[in-house]
Amino acid sequence: MREFLLEVLQIEILVYALMAIVPMLWVVPFALFAVWWERKISAHMQDRLGPMRTGGWHGWAQTIADILKLIQKEDIIPALADRKLFKLAPYVVFAGSYAAYAAIPFSAAYIGSNINIGLFYIISITSIVVVGLLMAGWASNNKWSLYGAMRAAAQIVSYEVPVILSILAVVMIVGTFDLQEINRAQSGPFWNWFVFQKFPFLFLAALIYFLSSLAEVNRTPFDIPEAESELVGGYHTEYGGMRFAMLFLSEYANMFAVSAIAATLFFGGWNSPFGETLSGPWWGAFWFFSKGMAFIFVQMWLRWTLPRLRVDQLMYVSWKVLIPFSFVVILGVGFWVMLSP
Amino acid sequence: MEHAATQMSGYVSRPATIPGLGRQLREHEMVISMGPQHPSTHGVLRLELVVDGEVVVDVIPHLGYLHRCFEKHCEHMSNYQQVIPYADRMDYVAAMSNEFGYAVACEKLFKIEVPERVEYIRVIMAEFSRIVSHLIAIGTYGMDIGAFTPFLYCMRDREHVLDIFEQTCGARLLYNYMWVGGLSHDVPPDFADKVKAFCKYFRPNIKELNDLLSHNKIFIDRTANVGVLPPEVAINYACSGPVLRGSGVKWDLRKNDPYSVYDRFDFEIPVGTGKVGTVGDCWDRYMVRVREMEQSVNIIEQAIDQLPSGDVRAAVPKRIRPERGEVYVRTETPKGELGYYIVSDGTPSPYRVKVKSPCFVNLSALPAMSRGAMIADIVAILGSIDIVLGEVDR
Repeated sequence: MREFLLEVLQIEILVYALMAIVPMLWVVPFALFAVWWERKISAHMQDRLGPMRTGGWHGWAQTIADILKLIQKEDIIPALADRKLFKLAPYVVFAGSYAAYAAIPFSAAYIGSNINIGLFYIISITSIVVVGLLMAGWASNNKWSLYGAMRAAAQIVSYEVPVILSILAVVMIVGTFDLQEINRAQSGPFWNWFVFQKFPFLFLAALIYFLSSLAEVNRTPFDIPEAESELVGGYHTEYGGMRFAMLFLSEYANMFAVSAIAATLFFGGWNSPFGETLSGPWWGAFWFFSKGMAFIFVQMWLRWTLPRLRVDQLMYVSWKVLIPFSFVVILGVGFWVMLSP
Repeated sequence: MEHAATQMSGYVSRPATIPGLGRQLREHEMVISMGPQHPSTHGVLRLELVVDGEVVVDVIPHLGYLHRCFEKHCEHMSNYQQVIPYADRMDYVAAMSNEFGYAVACEKLFKIEVPERVEYIRVIMAEFSRIVSHLIAIGTYGMDIGAFTPFLYCMRDREHVLDIFEQTCGARLLYNYMWVGGLSHDVPPDFADKVKAFCKYFRPNIKELNDLLSHNKIFIDRTANVGVLPPEVAINYACSGPVLRGSGVKWDLRKNDPYSVYDRFDFEIPVGTGKVGTVGDCWDRYMVRVREMEQSVNIIEQAIDQLPSGDVRAAVPKRIRPERGEVYVRTETPKGELGYYIVSDGTPSPYRVKVKSPCFVNLSALPAMSRGAMIADIVAILGSIDIVLGEVDR
């Protein structure tokens, strides 16, 4: 795609700017849709209807109206907040989660930047989110926000370990960090997907990755950084208006990013489940988004079913359950790859 | 500005002695204010937490944000009857139970016998309000732990009870239904069918609630062995209701000191057994409420079958002058032992009405339960006490 645009436009910087905007065309409508979708899913799980009025059909315009409202809100910064950090934090958070989209393979034909360390890049760049959350919590000068930020930092850093370990299992098989290469390695019918390969090790890896990714994006049952009933709002307690919307947007962007990685690593990415049938660049994008949305649905489903863990139990799950199991997975996959190349 | 920052920021160590704690803060401690606008203090309670990281060193409750001078108001009513709407507003999620206690106390003071039908309808209503109150307690407790969906399931079931209340007396929250010497209205003609239909509908929903929340692994992890209140401590604090029974003490005024017609029904008193943790932990208190709802359904079914016909008002004069004297009546509300102490000086209005509030007493055991717990546990413990600030502050 970069080559094509270079040919048409001839100006390199313009091409890069365009390439940077392309994921935005997905992220913003996705966030608007996902918020509405989550409301509807939660409502139907809870014997309610959810938004029904705005826009006519099942309140489809509700989140658009909400965003418009948030944009119009007064821009409040607490009197004793660290103004610079407070203003900067939402953008750092969003930059961290948006930057991941550069290396996500949306289709065989489109990937923002086809670098051969794509997976490594995504894992490292999304860690910047932690810095943003800490900034937000500290700058608010609110003890509850600080608690939220400290919890978020501790949680995300701890859960990065099982995430990386479970990803390593896939990397060991394919032998590369290149996400397109990982996709191609899973081509063919759905039993070629890594989740069904090297049973049960990769299945376990997929499970560990999914659970840890829930913690990475602060979803229930690991949503303790913003646990409403304990910390009021966590790190975004003091945020309102557009800045709150930015934090919210990056949360949903993150949700899709981790789902996309799960789909790519374990569920064939843009590969069609039926081998050659229904494949191609456009169908690839369709399958990729469907798989991502399926994971988003599971995330929402869990959120509206399960209670929340306590902070020490959360650490227990990471360090004493997920990490030992991911070592088992790595060992198992390692021996398997070594013995039957 | 610089000065204000030093004072307002909790990150700066304060030299002053903390009132209620009796000492200065240690270097690694900080004071954090939970409430009165915190989402899980169940109203306008303020807890001053002395925390060491996530661990709570001490809890200092601050009450009184919802003080409405209930007791003083009572002294200035022109008769005893006018107190009832105020009594409604104490424990506003179980208003029928408040009225019940007050009506029984007044009738004891006036030496009035009420018709049997009244007693049965009162019992049905009080048990319904127990179900409503426990549904809210359980639902919000789930929300405190982070599960949102059970709350709406509970609210859905509560709606059916409120519909019955509305059909009976027109009000859904604050009823003014149980009058001194009777009831404001008789029940509607299809009352018995509605009540039976509800009982049939509600029983499976308790099981659903257990499947969804009570036996959830995460929920048990969060509540078992948390906020343990040993039976002797519970007794020393004069706790009552599910908080006392959760600690394994079989004490229910409906059995131990029967009032109205409670001695005619067959029901059990659920107590905490420490099934998933220690006796007297949060899960036990929670489970006592769930099982009490089943027992309430039992009582309602028995009462509706035995419901006699007749009048719903005893012949009580409009302006009644009781003899000089005093009376203390205690009843078992959903929250515990609600006591009314009424002093009469022979005039038509009460000389003094004093309320012994179960929520207030149970809340006093909070610091004892929560020392050494984590911040998330404070929310769990507070939710398991099930306070209504309207009754704590009155």
